[in-house]
Amino acid sequence: MEHIAHDETSFVRPAEVGEMELYHAKTWLGKYVFSQDAKTIAIQYAATAIAIGMVALVLSWVMRLQLAWPNTFTFIDPAYYLQAVTMHGMIMVVYLLTALFLGGFGNYLIPLMVGARDMVFPWLNMISFWVYFTAVVLLAASFFVGGGSTGAGWTLYPPQAILPGTPGSETGILLMLASLAVFIIGFTMGGLNYVVTILQARTRGMTLMRMPLTVWGIFVATVLALFAFPALFVSAIMMSLDVLLGTSFFMPAIMTMGNEADHVGGNPLLFQHLFWFFGHPEVYIVALPAFGIVSDLISIHARKNIFGYRMMVWAIIIIGALSFVVWAHHMYVSGMNPYFGFFFATTTLIIAVPTALKVYNWVLTLWQGNIHLTIPMLFSIAFLLFFINGGMTGLFLGNASVSMPLSDTLFVVAHFHMVMAVAPVMVVCGAIYHWYPKITGRWYHEGMARFHFWVTFVGSYLVFLPMHYLGIMGVPRRYFEITGTSFLPDSAQTVNASITIAALVVGFAQLVFLYNLIFSAMKGQKAPGNPWNATSLEWQTEHTPPQHGNFGKELPCVYRWAYDFSVPGVEDDFIPQNVPPRSTTSEAAS
Amino acid sequence: MSTDTMAVDSLELKPGIAGFMDDWGSDQRAFKGVPWGKAMMWIFLVSDTFIFGCFLASYMTVRMSTLDPWPVPSEVFALSFGGAPIPLILIAIMTFVLITSSGTMALAVNYGYRKNKWVTFWLLFATALLGATFVGMQVFEWSKLILEEGVRPWGNPMGAAQFGSVFFMVTGFHGFHVSIGVIFLFIFSYKVARGHLDDQTPGWFTKRGGNYEEIEVLGLYWHFVDLVWVFIFAFFYLW
Repeated sequence: MEHIAHDETSFVRPAEVGEMELYHAKTWLGKYVFSQDAKTIAIQYAATAIAIGMVALVLSWVMRLQLAWPNTFTFIDPAYYLQAVTMHGMIMVVYLLTALFLGGFGNYLIPLMVGARDMVFPWLNMISFWVYFTAVVLLAASFFVGGGSTGAGWTLYPPQAILPGTPGSETGILLMLASLAVFIIGFTMGGLNYVVTILQARTRGMTLMRMPLTVWGIFVATVLALFAFPALFVSAIMMSLDVLLGTSFFMPAIMTMGNEADHVGGNPLLFQHLFWFFGHPEVYIVALPAFGIVSDLISIHARKNIFGYRMMVWAIIIIGALSFVVWAHHMYVSGMNPYFGFFFATTTLIIAVPTALKVYNWVLTLWQGNIHLTIPMLFSIAFLLFFINGGMTGLFLGNASVSMPLSDTLFVVAHFHMVMAVAPVMVVCGAIYHWYPKITGRWYHEGMARFHFWVTFVGSYLVFLPMHYLGIMGVPRRYFEITGTSFLPDSAQTVNASITIAALVVGFAQLVFLYNLIFSAMKGQKAPGNPWNATSLEWQTEHTPPQHGNFGKELPCVYRWAYDFSVPGVEDDFIPQNVPPRSTTSEAAS
Repeated sequence: MSTDTMAVDSLELKPGIAGFMDDWGSDQRAFKGVPWGKAMMWIFLVSDTFIFGCFLASYMTVRMSTLDPWPVPSEVFALSFGGAPIPLILIAIMTFVLITSSGTMALAVNYGYRKNKWVTFWLLFATALLGATFVGMQVFEWSKLILEEGVRPWGNPMGAAQFGSVFFMVTGFHGFHVSIGVIFLFIFSYKVARGHLDDQTPGWFTKRGGNYEEIEVLGLYWHFVDLVWVFIFAFFYLW
């Protein structure tokens, strides 16, 4: 009755900076190819990443076919097998997951979720994608050069990575190193954009502690990437010099093929330290965006606020910080001072604390929630199951004494696929379905999506759960074939064959997924602007899909966090972030 | 970045830890009054620090791993004037030139914020010339090592092969940074002279209006490159 009429924006501080200038391209090339709109760049990133990821998927079939039925497929020779192993790993980790989470989801969601018109440096953002594209082309080129792509394993350990006898030691390894260096340059351009946009370009009222956890996950992952990729960049340069100029950074005096190599006095362990100083944070570069996104999916589709928001944020930050001091747990068998092993085992196990905290919070968010078993929710629950499973085996591998006998067995393969391959991919799928109506303005085909989910979920379990048993039995990873071993029963081979059948089926299910995405984008049912009744800003845009500039004439003001679901005394079961405080209560009605 | 020119003075910022907590707890910007370009450059420099940190750590590792004796820097990097070798004389001059260029750069930033176009121009131009001089002297140093002393990336007559490898790699990477900086210094001298920053002329690629804040961003990069040189100087020439 008294002061209802006052300006609701007085609840937030006045704008500190003026509106962002946007460059509106006029040509077709400028709009769709060299677009400076983060949303278009995001789709370019995602499409490129998924395309090269499909190549990696096919390579995993090559591996599986060989392991299940050795000596059946004549086109798979040992060199080809090793190349498939290597390229599958590198593509999936770096070129698919990193690029998709940060370049794809980061570009699309950061500006929309923090209420910015675009990334702060749109031109740099555009270049970032094209540099990434170049890196992918370089990588793909290595399939076609003489000697083929490198077969050194995705860790590219010297000396074997560059010595003759390893597949691809002629040109493949150089293309791989060049591609990685180019990728890092491109990523740095994008990463600076993401970080500065989140820190400096939020809308009025959007404090850091009101950001959706998706943004938090992508933010911390980007910071990790900016600080971890330099180590890979440096080691790529040094190894290229070892190959090209005959320097000996990583190469000790060594006999190869009966001859003394030209190298002298280098240190192969140095590469391992540099690689894993990148490689371990890389695990969290992939995992943290998944953590963030899945928190939002669970909260939205269970119509409940996320349990322990602040704890979730701090857990992300603490996991990020700890990930820089655990790298040598990948090197227990490399020959390290046992005291170092003790240190790294300790730090590794400490990471279990914030991680377990997150898992409890996800479960507690589901607890007594109004759970809608939508496709994104199904994938989120699947993520939880895979992640818990992979996290448990992480405890085995984090302990130096337990890890050593399990080193280089399929147990390790099962562990990291559970925790950082299948689990994040579950989130990727869930997230794509979740934001699909916003990105395309249309619905995906529900039946195909459900088919995709169940086949992928059950199939992935059938692939990776039996691998633990094979690993404990002692089946080594990366071996072309295992013959004449007395410690393996024949049934091990049967298990291998069943894994392969499951892997083939899961792979084909992804084709259904892709068909659904492409087909529904053109023919799907029209979707409303906020189909999930979600609270964060990207669902409150004037247009669906959002136009260049994201929001209408005025940027939204933010008055609350992103998790006001099922608030007592409010008619709707959600309150969008841009709804002012008074308008939800009965006071406003009077 | 004309978007950032909003009056920062209107913000009342608290000092100390309380102010830090306030800023990070607030909306819109975590670093109050900091333009986007400047924030980006700082974050990039931290990332670049990791690159040079990895390079220097690798240098120390290979120096300790190799079995051959490491060449003595004061002998390798000596120049003879009138028959008597003077250790590190060229490096001393190079360091002096680069540190001086940091001074002119700092002045350029200052005069830039005063919108004193021509003084800014001359200071930027001087910085660019000093940087180019540094690169020129590095070319001289490299060619002397390669042509006269027979140092190669894969070996040298004085001792451990890694000496040449790591020296060329790290000083080369630093020299590359300096060269990029020199190119941008020349570009910005041109822009300042043509008044692009006064008129907020749209950038060639970014299409954003020019601004004297960009001089400070460039300055941050330049000072960083100088700082890295101090470490390279200490680790390569004095150790």
